[in-house]
Amino acid sequence: MSKILIRGAKVLGGEPQDVLIDGGLVAEIGTGLSAEGAEVVEADGKVLLPGLVDLHTHLREPGREDSETVLTGTRAAASGGYTAVFAMANTFPVADTAGVVEQVYRLGREHGYCDVQPIGAVTVGLEGRKLAELGAMHESAAGVTVFSDDGKCVDDAVIMRRALEYVKAFGGVVAQHAQEPRLTEGAQMNEGVVSAELGLGGWPAVAEESIIARDVLLAEHVGSRVHICHLSTAGSVEIVRWAKSRGIDVTAEVTPHHLLLTDELVRTYDPVYKVNPPLRTERDVMALREALADGTIDIVATDHAPHPHEDKDCEWAAAAMGMVGLETALSVVQQTMVETGLLDWTGVADRMSAAPARIGRADGHGRPVSVGEPANLTLVDTAYRGSVDPAGFASRSRNTPYAGRELPGRVTHTWLRGKATLVDGKLA
Amino acid sequence: MQRHLISAADLTRDDAVLILDTAEEMARVADRPIKKLPTLRGRTVVNLFFEDSTRTRISFEAAEKRLSADVINFTAKGSSVSKGESLKDTAQTLEAMGVDAVVIRHGASGAPYRLATSGWIDAAVINAGDGTHQHPTQALLDAFTMRRRLVGRDAGIGQDLAGKRITIVGDVLHSRVARSNVDLLHTLGAEVTLVAPPTLVPVGVGTWPCEVSYDLDSTLAKSDAVMMLRVQRERMNAAFFPTEREYSRRYGLDGERMAKMPEHAIVMHPGPMVRGMEITAEVADSDRCTVVEQVANGVSIRMAVLYLLLGGNEPAVTHTRTEEK
Ligand SMILES: [Zn+2]
Repeated sequence: MSKILIRGAKVLGGEPQDVLIDGGLVAEIGTGLSAEGAEVVEADGKVLLPGLVDLHTHLREPGREDSETVLTGTRAAASGGYTAVFAMANTFPVADTAGVVEQVYRLGREHGYCDVQPIGAVTVGLEGRKLAELGAMHESAAGVTVFSDDGKCVDDAVIMRRALEYVKAFGGVVAQHAQEPRLTEGAQMNEGVVSAELGLGGWPAVAEESIIARDVLLAEHVGSRVHICHLSTAGSVEIVRWAKSRGIDVTAEVTPHHLLLTDELVRTYDPVYKVNPPLRTERDVMALREALADGTIDIVATDHAPHPHEDKDCEWAAAAMGMVGLETALSVVQQTMVETGLLDWTGVADRMSAAPARIGRADGHGRPVSVGEPANLTLVDTAYRGSVDPAGFASRSRNTPYAGRELPGRVTHTWLRGKATLVDGKLA
Repeated sequence: MQRHLISAADLTRDDAVLILDTAEEMARVADRPIKKLPTLRGRTVVNLFFEDSTRTRISFEAAEKRLSADVINFTAKGSSVSKGESLKDTAQTLEAMGVDAVVIRHGASGAPYRLATSGWIDAAVINAGDGTHQHPTQALLDAFTMRRRLVGRDAGIGQDLAGKRITIVGDVLHSRVARSNVDLLHTLGAEVTLVAPPTLVPVGVGTWPCEVSYDLDSTLAKSDAVMMLRVQRERMNAAFFPTEREYSRRYGLDGERMAKMPEHAIVMHPGPMVRGMEITAEVADSDRCTVVEQVANGVSIRMAVLYLLLGGNEPAVTHTRTEEK
């Protein structure tokens, strides 16, 4: 059915209104709209947001289909209220050619749950030595605009400089996984009080901060755009704030887990808390929340990193790094940002939809909820309270740190260009 | 007592004193012609060593055999971290064999904790050293050695180490022995000072219940015991300190430095010693050096721990006394 009437939804948290979807577009917004010829969705005061956009997702296909596929990953995305995800390049083979990115892009379109915008590798094989064919990936059907060696840092200053310069030709952006490799050899968790006690190799904040400092200076020098992935420390916030005040074209993202969890959880030695960058301290968490509220950090990105059970059901040092996040991101943001009064729903729409779409140049996504715009929409039951049950995840993997934890809010409906991908919490 | 011994930090003062007192009783067994107690007859203990340590393994094995346990030695050298599943797989194999206790040595910090808490296994877990985290029986045998030397063998019964000043010198950053000792000695009332170059002190040490100094000479005169840690030569290549010579000059213990220690003060080392770098032969061979005693005491401590974790509620003290009659 092409016509859908969403009745009584709080658009961006405002007063309840009716929203009519027709032909894949938002056709009308008002009160008491006619339901004639339309399927009616009673929103009952749920919050209507633009479809969420994730600038940092690992879909694992090709190569690790036992963890996730484009299909399962986009189903997870739709469950979490996303209508577009940017798929990281660290697959097998690496997404460093037009062929690989086109394949991933096409699979996303075919499955139809969520648009998949592939991210291209900055360097061949993520090896940090030779630039990948950035232009060819941009010109491919996938139209790649974001490039990242995520999982690894582009640590060679010259390669980073060249990549920043080169992508200017087509409005691209380099998304940096900021991790000084020498300072993080053998790193297992945040370096500090807890690592000292547990005897786990420390990942010092300065390993992140020094790369961010270098990269914003490089971006300034060559007049390019740089994006910082999963910022995790209070010091990183200070550097980005300084860079922005200086007019440097830098954007930054924070993950939901860095807004909520701290390194104290590592005391359990449960690898579900093992992630890169690692969980930091309470002080860092608070600084990240404030920075997201004041716009120093532009967006929330999930760093959804699915892993099969056996890669986590082992001793800490042997476990894979990463957490799944697509299906819990909005709940974590509601708890840490909305219920703390730091951000309203308009702010959430900006940080989780408009801004990531703008950074990644995802046309048609992150648009305002207004007449004539593509009907990429998400309906959230913000009053919902319940504990997270990974058994219900659409993702192929279950490595969530929130199992059994109570989180507020639940996405009930997601529409991608007017087509429902999630209805009453169930995938369409 | 808890069901497992994972970390020295898990022991209360009373737990620790009970272990030390029990170890004194166990030590008497070693003085008898037949060095064996029937306590763990019919119980199976596995020594699960993912990391090489002949000394620690033999010490546990001797303790287990003196308590009449059935002993299985399992060495899985090199397979630990690269093949993450091996710990769980091995644990489940042992579980299927009906093992009562697992003594585990592992290169990964937290591996014994995972083994004890992840539901893979029912047996009691004793940490015989995990990564750079903990080595609780080493700390207990060190405390036992200190109590005997600084308080007295008989006078020590029921006593802790209140007021004793202990200096731990060397590679604190990578040392599970240092971590365990700081925890246990603090619990037992001692005052601990860590001495090391700043590169070998962990970031975050500020919350530990001890002092930190970079200057060995200034701490010697007020130390009742100086514990020298093993310093691996590889650390030099990783720029933790400039040269071996410079390390010895600043943090090595030689006769001249030992002379600055109080008359009664002892020198300890968890072994094996690197003579010349961290300790000179003169110090190592002096009668103030307790290295050999520490080895003997290790067996008594491990007997006490196994006894208390597996032997039931009956105190070892009455048990051994009845035996002697
Ligand atoms: Zn990353």
